[in-house]
Amino acid sequence: MVRALRGLGQRVTSRIWRLGYASRFFLAILMYSGTSLRRLHLTIREIYFTGVLSLIIILVSGLFVGMVLGLQGYDTLQRYGSTEALGVLVSLSLVRELGPVVAALLFASRAGSAITAEIGMMKATEQLSAMEMMAVDPISRVVAPRFWGGVISMPLLAALFSAMGIFGGYLVGVQLIGVDEGSFWSQMQASVDFRQDILNGVIKSFVFGIIVSWVAVFEGYDAEPTAEGVSGATTRTVVTSSLAILAADFILTAFMFTGT
Amino acid sequence: MDDPILLESPAVNLTGVPGVNMSQESLVEIRDLNFTYDSRPVLTGINMTIPRGKVVAVMGISGCGKTTTLRLIGGQLKPTSGTVRVGGQVVHELDADGLYALRRRMGMLFQFGALFTDMSVYDNIAFQMREHTDLPEALIHDLVLMKLHAVGLRGAHRLMPAELSGGMARRVALARAIALDPMLMMYDEPFAGLDPISLAIVGELIRKLNDALGASSIVVTHDVQESLKIVDYVYFVSEGKIVAEGTAEDMKNSKVPYVHQFVWGESDGPVPFQYPSRPYGEELMESGVRGG
Repeated sequence: MVRALRGLGQRVTSRIWRLGYASRFFLAILMYSGTSLRRLHLTIREIYFTGVLSLIIILVSGLFVGMVLGLQGYDTLQRYGSTEALGVLVSLSLVRELGPVVAALLFASRAGSAITAEIGMMKATEQLSAMEMMAVDPISRVVAPRFWGGVISMPLLAALFSAMGIFGGYLVGVQLIGVDEGSFWSQMQASVDFRQDILNGVIKSFVFGIIVSWVAVFEGYDAEPTAEGVSGATTRTVVTSSLAILAADFILTAFMFTGT
Repeated sequence: MDDPILLESPAVNLTGVPGVNMSQESLVEIRDLNFTYDSRPVLTGINMTIPRGKVVAVMGISGCGKTTTLRLIGGQLKPTSGTVRVGGQVVHELDADGLYALRRRMGMLFQFGALFTDMSVYDNIAFQMREHTDLPEALIHDLVLMKLHAVGLRGAHRLMPAELSGGMARRVALARAIALDPMLMMYDEPFAGLDPISLAIVGELIRKLNDALGASSIVVTHDVQESLKIVDYVYFVSEGKIVAEGTAEDMKNSKVPYVHQFVWGESDGPVPFQYPSRPYGEELMESGVRGG
C-alpha cells in the first residue's frame, strides 16, 4: 500500500517536474528567438517544411470535411425547410471550430511528429552536442526557428482548410444537390462576423500552433537519444498535442462564444 | 571482481618522474577532478596535463570515463569537485558567453562524425565560419576547399553526409572541427568502426593536423595499436581513475597488469572475461535442483 502510494507520488512529482522543465524550455525559446527573427531565412525554411509540405493533407482533408458538412447539413436543414442556410452552417462550423481544430490535429500528426523526430535524431546522432561544442546554441539555431515556423504556419493552414471546406460544401450543396447559389453565398456573407467568427478562429489556430510547436520541439529535445526514445517522443508529441488542442479548444470556445 | 591492487594503487607514471613530467607549457590542466553521476562516481581524483603542441591519448575500456573527461574539458558537464583549466581559464566557472568564447578555440571530432545531415559537406564545414565570422562568401569558399583538401576530400564538397562512407564522414567531421583553426582538438573514439585504410588515414591526419595547426590534441580511444603510433603521451583510465601514464613506448613495455592486458588485447586479466556473477557450479546446481 505504502509502496503503491509512493509510486503514485513519484509519478505525479515527475510529471510536475517535467511540466516545469517544459515551461522553462518555452521561456528559453522565447529568449533565444532573436536569431529566428534576425536570420529570417532559418524560419522561412521551417515554414516551408512544416507549412508548405503539409498543404496536400490540409487541402484534401478540408475539401472532404466541407463536402461531408454539405451533405449532413442539407439532410438536417431540409427537415426544417431551411436549406438556404446551408452556406451559413458550413462556414460557421468551419471558421469557428473545424478549421482550427482539425487543421491543428492534422498539423500535429504531419508536422509536429516530423519536428520531434528530426530534433530527436539530431540529439541521438550528437548533432546538437556538436553544435554546442562549436559555440552555437541549439535552442537558438535549431529549436526556435522550428517553433516559429510552426506558429506562423498553423493559422495559414487553418485558413486554407476552412476555405477549402467552404468550397467543398459549395460543390456538394450547390452543384450536386441544387441549393440556390445566391442564398448559399449571401446568407454566409450576412451571418459570418469578421471579429466574432473569423478573428476568433484565427486566434484559436494561433494558440494551437503554439501548443503543437512547443510540444513537438520539447519532446524532440528531451527525447532519449536512442531509436526507441525518438519513437516514443514522436508518439508523445501526437498524443499530448492532440489532447492539449482539444482541451484548449474547449477553454477558448467557452471564453469566445459563450453568451453570443 | 575488482582488482584491489589496480584500484588502490596510485597512477603509475611509467616515465619514472613524479607528477606530470612534460615540461612544455600546458594548455589543459586537470587537477583533483571528481565527477559523480546519480551518486555513482564516474571519475575520481583525475590529474592530467595536456602540453601545447602535443597529442595525448586517454585510453581505457568502454565506460571507464574517457568521454566524460572530454565533456568536462569542453564544459558540457560540470565537475563535482576539482578543476579543469583550459588556456588558464577554469572551465566550470565561465558564464555562457565565456564558455562559448572558449569553445570557439576548440574543435571536437565526435565518435560517428555528428555531421549535420540536412547540410552538404560544404555547408557543414562552412557552418562555423558563417556562424562566428563576417567573412565574405568567396573567402569562406576558399577556406572550405582548403580544409577539405587537407583531409583529401576536396572533390566531395557537394555530397550529402548520407552519401559518404564511414571513413569519409570522419574526415569531413575532422575538416569541420579544424574550420576555425582551434588551439585544442578533442577526438572521441576517432578510430571506431573504420576499415584499416581509413584508420591509418585518420590516424595520420590527427598527427599532421596537430603539428600543422600548432594545436594540442586529446584522443580518447581504445584502439591501442593505431593510437600508440601517433601520440606523445598516454593516460590509462580504469573505473574512473588514472592507473598508468607515460609515453607510447612505456605503455608497450609496461608490466602493469591492466595496461599489459589492454595493450596486448588479452581476453582475461584485471579486466575479467566474465561479468561478475555467482560461482558457476553453485548456479548450475541450483538450476539442476529446480529442474529435477
